[in-house]
Parts: sequence; structure tokens; C-alpha cells
Amino acid sequence: MAKYIFKRLLLSIPVLFGITLITFAIIHITPGGPTAIQSNMNAKVSADSVAKLRALYDLDKPVQVQYLKWLGRMARLDFGESFNDNRPALDKILEKIPNTLLLNILSLFLIFIIAVPIGVYSAVKQNSVFDKIFSVSTLIGYSMPTFWLALLLMMYFGVYLHILPVSGMRSQDAGRFPLYLQIFDRLWHLALPVFVSAFGGLASISRYTRSSMLEVIRQDYIRTARAKGLPESRVIYKHALKNALLPIVTLLGLSLPGLIGGGFIFETIFSWPGMGRLGYEAAMNFDYTVIMGVVTFGAVLTLLGNIIADITYALVDPRIRY
Amino acid sequence: MRKKNFSIGSVVWGRLKKNKLALLGAWIVLLLSLLALAAPLLAPCSPFEQDIGNRLLSPSSRHYCGTDELGRDIFSRMLYGARVSLSVGFIAVFISTIIGILLGALAGYFGGGVDNLIMRFVDIMLSIPTLFFILMLIVFLGPSIFNVMLIIGLTGWTDLARLVRAEFLSLKNREYVLSARVAGASNNRIIFHHILRNALSPVFVSVIFGVGGAILLESGLSFLGLGVQPPDASWGNILSSGKDYIEKAWWLTVFPGLAIFVTVMSYNLLGEGLRDAVDPRLVE
Repeated sequence: MAKYIFKRLLLSIPVLFGITLITFAIIHITPGGPTAIQSNMNAKVSADSVAKLRALYDLDKPVQVQYLKWLGRMARLDFGESFNDNRPALDKILEKIPNTLLLNILSLFLIFIIAVPIGVYSAVKQNSVFDKIFSVSTLIGYSMPTFWLALLLMMYFGVYLHILPVSGMRSQDAGRFPLYLQIFDRLWHLALPVFVSAFGGLASISRYTRSSMLEVIRQDYIRTARAKGLPESRVIYKHALKNALLPIVTLLGLSLPGLIGGGFIFETIFSWPGMGRLGYEAAMNFDYTVIMGVVTFGAVLTLLGNIIADITYALVDPRIRY
Repeated sequence: MRKKNFSIGSVVWGRLKKNKLALLGAWIVLLLSLLALAAPLLAPCSPFEQDIGNRLLSPSSRHYCGTDELGRDIFSRMLYGARVSLSVGFIAVFISTIIGILLGALAGYFGGGVDNLIMRFVDIMLSIPTLFFILMLIVFLGPSIFNVMLIIGLTGWTDLARLVRAEFLSLKNREYVLSARVAGASNNRIIFHHILRNALSPVFVSVIFGVGGAILLESGLSFLGLGVQPPDASWGNILSSGKDYIEKAWWLTVFPGLAIFVTVMSYNLLGEGLRDAVDPRLVE
């Protein structure tokens, strides 16, 4: 096992290296180099930040030196200072992570408790009316622009019914509330963002569960279980479900980047101060250091998520050879 | 006696015909493309003409979908927006299909070092969260219709490359490939003439899904102000003024969003229908 983990980690080194190369290359794809942006299309970048950019990326040195120096800073998670308020980009990113985590853990929880039972049931009742309705509704889930769904819900619950807040993390005077009301107030603000961010995942996770379940049901050991006379419910919920859930365990690892990077579209819509909105605002203000930080951070987390997914799968499923 | 036609197209079409939802999707896709083409003929008003006296009017027989904050007719803007959304969808998918086929074919056909190199590159692309990657590219290249097409195209080829590679891996050792090689066909001819032709059905299915996905992505980017720039209309950027006037003008949100939803849904219905129709495992 240790050997497998070691091999898996070793394999991800070239990928990590590649990510840094691509991210670094993007800074240089702008015609005329990064500082040329200033004169071209955005007046938001001042002469001051051009100087900073030049110093930060060592633009007066040869490309390979630039890359190595930049790589060295990345390894120390030193993304440089934000052009907006001169605070280290890393600090700005770290302080947003709890908000994004809160939102995404809740929505991930919602996704799993809804999607897994629905997917299992629809696989067990394959080709039933329920299964047909299931496949149409997941298609709707895939096709729905989540930002539109967010706007519709804001309009209905926030503007028309006036029962849910349309944005932000807490009420303005929440600081004076007793603790239980503060918690309630937070949940109240979380309702719409959590629902919207869960919506997109519901369709894919439930379909995944369904097909994984369908595959397991066809296996010989399920036929054996039936042949030895076990009641159908025991065959499905004990023998089949356990095996069908194995690949779903890996989805937890794969959703790690989403947990941190999260949908920046709905974080922006609901004014939720998380990583997504930070990235979006940095983009709108041409705050390069923060953007690069967010992207590098997100990429490394994705890589980590993949590794965790592979390792947990190997741990829970002894059929995987390593 | 008439010879019965058993080309792959006719077999697939025969199966697709029986799938009512997929046909519905196909009809809507066709209708939307015609509407977009005929936008200048159908639009009751100019999509750019402002009329401040008639701003934020609710839908009526004069303005089917109401007017926006500058008094522009939403219905006309949506018709022109359809041109933008559909063309971004098609061109972006065209770019990613070319890249995906080329890289997938090279990796699958030659294997070894080439395969390793290309697949590691795919791993790298998959490790960078797509939306952040696109966001970063747009910031450095600047938001415009052209850049959005290019960026969606340049980031969306990884799944297709994997698919084409898998097809090539399973097809390259077939006897007809061997006989082509014995007959002296060049690698070029074997890849594009012999193998690719037999791998086209799954590629086609993925292209249909890709168009829907690209339209969804473009509308999201335009909604955030990173895609199509005003005064040009796109479904996404009409929605972003919908957000600003969410308390006053429901029609600014409902109609363009519905257009995106119905379009993407139709492509997905058609795509699913096609996938079931080309999948030989489902043949009875």
C-alpha cells in the first residue's frame, strides 16, 4: 500500500510541474508581455502596479530565470501582494476558504443524502415510471443554467415572497443577536446558495450512482445471493449497495477542488464572500497576483483531490491491484 | 430487387426516429438555428435602438418580451443573442473537436512516448479548474466574443481526446487496418481514412453535447461580464441586467434564461438520443 501511495505521488510530480509551466506561460501570452495590458485595454492598472509586476516576475531577466524564480516562490506559497490593497495574496485566499468550505460542505452533504438514494432506487426499478421521470429530471439538471436558477429563486423567495435573503452571509445587525439566533441567521442566508450549488451536482451524482448500481446488480455474486434464497431487499441493500457505493467514495476526493474553488458564478450572484467571488473580483480588477494565486491553489487542490480519490479507492476496494 | 440501404446513417436515423424526446430536441435545435439566421427579418425592432421613454416596459403586444433598462426591445435582442450564443457554441466546439481528434488519434495510434506525453498534458489540463482557467485567460486576453470562442474551444477538448484515443486503441489492431498497412497505406491515410471514419459516431455524439455545454458556458461568462460585451446582445448579458432589475422587471430574467435552458436542453436531448442510437450494445 505504502508503495502504491508513493508511486501515485511520484506520478503527480510531472503534472504539478506542467501546471506551473502553463500558469506561467499564460502571464506571457499577452502580446507584448504582461505589462502591455496596462496600455492596451485597462486603465485600472496603474504605472505603480506595472512596476510591481515587473519586479515580481523579474521581467528584465531571461525567461528561464523568471520561471525558476517564480517556481521558487510558488513552492513557498508566496503569490506576491495584491495590487488592490497590498496584502499578501495568500492571506486573502486563506481567509475566504472557511466561507467557501461552509457553503460547499453543506451542499455536498445535501447532494449525497438526496442523490444516492434516488440513484439506487431508480437503478433497482430500471425502466419503471420512476426511472423515466428520473432520467428526464437529471437531464433538466444538466441543462439548467445555475445562475438562472439562482436568479429565479431570488426573485421568488426574496423579492416576491420576502422570506429569504437574496445575498450576503448575515443580517446587518446579526452581531447583536444571541448565539442561537446568529446560527439561525447564518443558515437562513445559506439556504438559497446551498440549494443552488447542490442542484448542479445532484444530476451527475445520482446518475453516477444509478449506473454504478446497475453494473453491480448484473454481477455473479448478486445472482448467487438471489439463488441462495435471500430476500430481495437484503440482496439490494446489503450485497449490492455496499459494492455500488465503492466508486462513489472516490467522488468525495474528486469534489475537493469544487469544495474550495467552488462555483464562482453563484458566489458572485449571492455575494457570498468565498474563493470564487475573490477570484472573480480579482479578475474584474486585474489583480494578477490574486488570480494567479487562486488558479494555482485550485489546481494543486484538484491534483490532491485526484490523489486522495485514487488512494481511498485502493483502500476500500481490495480488487484494485497495486 | 431494390437494394436495402444499411449505411450507418440510415441505421442510426431509424433508431433515432423512434425516440420522441430526441426528435423534439432536434426540431428545437433546427428551429433555433433558423430563428437565429433570420433574426434581421423577424426582429420587430433594432436590437440596439434605445428608447429611454419606454424603459423597463412589461411584455405586451408591442414588445413581446418587454424592454430593458435602456428601452431596447428584449425579443429582438434575444433573436440577435441567439446568433451570438449559437455561433459561440459551434465555433468553440469546432476548435475543441479538431484539437481533441488530432491529439486523441495521435495518442491512440502511436502509443508509447507520444501517448504518454499527450495524456500527461490532458492530466494537467484536467487539474486546472476549468472556470478559473478560463477566467484567468480572459483576464489576460481581454473579454470579447472572439476570445470567448477561442478560450472555450482551447479548454474543452480533453474529454474528446480521451474518447478518440480509446476508440483508436480498440480499432488500430483490427484486420482492416492491418490489410491497409500491408497494402502500403501511409500512417496518415490509416489514421484519417480507415480508423477515424469508424470512430466518428461517438465523436459526433460528443460534439452535440459539446455545443450545449459551450452555450451554457458562454452565457455564464457573459452573465458575469466576461463574455460578449454590450451593446452586443447575448442571452447571458441580458440576464445580467435582469439581476440588476430583479425587483422591478421579471421579464429581463425569465425570458433569456428560458432561452438558454431550452436550447441547452434540446442539444442534450438530441445528444442522449444519438448516443443511444449509435451505441451498438443497445441493439435488440
